Amino acid sequence: MAMTIHVDVVSAEESIFSGLVEFVALPGEAGELGILPGHMPLITRIRPGAVRLKLPQQDADELIFVAGGLLEVQPGLVTVLADTAIRGKDLDEAKAAEAKQRAEEALVNRGSEMDYARAQAELAEAVAQLAAIQKLRKHNH
Amino acid sequence: MAVGKEIRTKIKSVQNTKKITKAMEMVAASKMRKAQDRMRAARPYSEKIRQLAANLSQANITDYRHPFLGGKTVEGSAKRVGVILVTTDKGLCGGLNTNILRMLVNAMKQWQQAGSRDVRATCIGNKGFGFIQRMGGNVISHVTQLGDTPHLEKLIGPIKVMIDAFQNGEIDEVQIAYTRFINTMKQEPVIEQLLPLTGERLGTPDGSWDYLYEPDAQTVIDDMLVRYVEAVIYQAVAENMASEQSARMVAMKSATDNAGNVIKELQLVYNKARQAAITKEISEIVGGAAAISG
Repeated sequence: MAMTIHVDVVSAEESIFSGLVEFVALPGEAGELGILPGHMPLITRIRPGAVRLKLPQQDADELIFVAGGLLEVQPGLVTVLADTAIRGKDLDEAKAAEAKQRAEEALVNRGSEMDYARAQAELAEAVAQLAAIQKLRKHNH
Repeated sequence: MAVGKEIRTKIKSVQNTKKITKAMEMVAASKMRKAQDRMRAARPYSEKIRQLAANLSQANITDYRHPFLGGKTVEGSAKRVGVILVTTDKGLCGGLNTNILRMLVNAMKQWQQAGSRDVRATCIGNKGFGFIQRMGGNVISHVTQLGDTPHLEKLIGPIKVMIDAFQNGEIDEVQIAYTRFINTMKQEPVIEQLLPLTGERLGTPDGSWDYLYEPDAQTVIDDMLVRYVEAVIYQAVAENMASEQSARMVAMKSATDNAGNVIKELQLVYNKARQAAITKEISEIVGGAAAISG
């Protein structure tokens, strides 16, 4: 039997794969990486792409697409920490800027948001009144 | 019969309320199961990355020390605190939000007494956001309307605002406040220190190796720690959601039970009134008949 190594592929939202494989290929930061049992300890970032797992006693490879993430190789254990979203410094930066802007807008619009809550309460009241009137009418007929 | 028309109307309306709370209870019960599954699904990742962070913090690398690991400790006084506050978007879930907000207010008082100047907040969820705004707190970022499935993508931006503030040295520590899910009947509000990372949070490493780093140690550690922090926050959000649904289920169950009791009592009052009216009528008839025959 060929040598195997334990591989875990997990993302923040779920566990994707866990089991023994003969060979792992994935897109590393510095180029395509192939990992066989006995690989030395390594930590690297991975680029968006496919993680290819060669399972023992199976012809077809298992393919998992990841949007980037981290790879850790320990003696006897490979862990792929997959991202759920495409990440990038600029992208993250843009998201943070957007969040900041929203917070500032909320600060400015604080008054109007309060009005919104009041309007919502008034609407709920009006709807309740309407329902009551309709009920009364039905009773009278 | 004209007796107790008001009582009958009241019984009807309580019955309608009971139907609604019962429906909400069942919806919450089914959502709770899914929320718990999601919470468990998020565990392997946070466990793995915690282990990795623990290994790396112990590994003897170059003299690079990431700011998250807290090289510089600020002494007790005049700490600037950032809080990530996780609450629900919707109400009707018992004392869930009230409990965490009360705990936070107490903690804020303590920080203020310790000389903390201003507390910055990142709010996840509508309830906490509204509360901090009403309090006049400093909200630097927020995210609401997460829906039933928390997506990390929505959290990245708001979290980064807080993390950046920490990295730029604008705040000295980041706390995270959320409701921990213990079981269906029990949820516990907690405030934990997130940054700088403490040894107890990371736990003990499961071994130490001299890793190869690609492209270099610093980049990898930077990336990993940011992801670690995000994973912790994601886990908190997922737990908060499971807590929310359980709390709502329990609250709606007790509301349904209470409605049942109210109906029972009203029914009793109604029956009594009816009985009294009948008795009165009979005695009137008997009295009348006696007067005629007499």
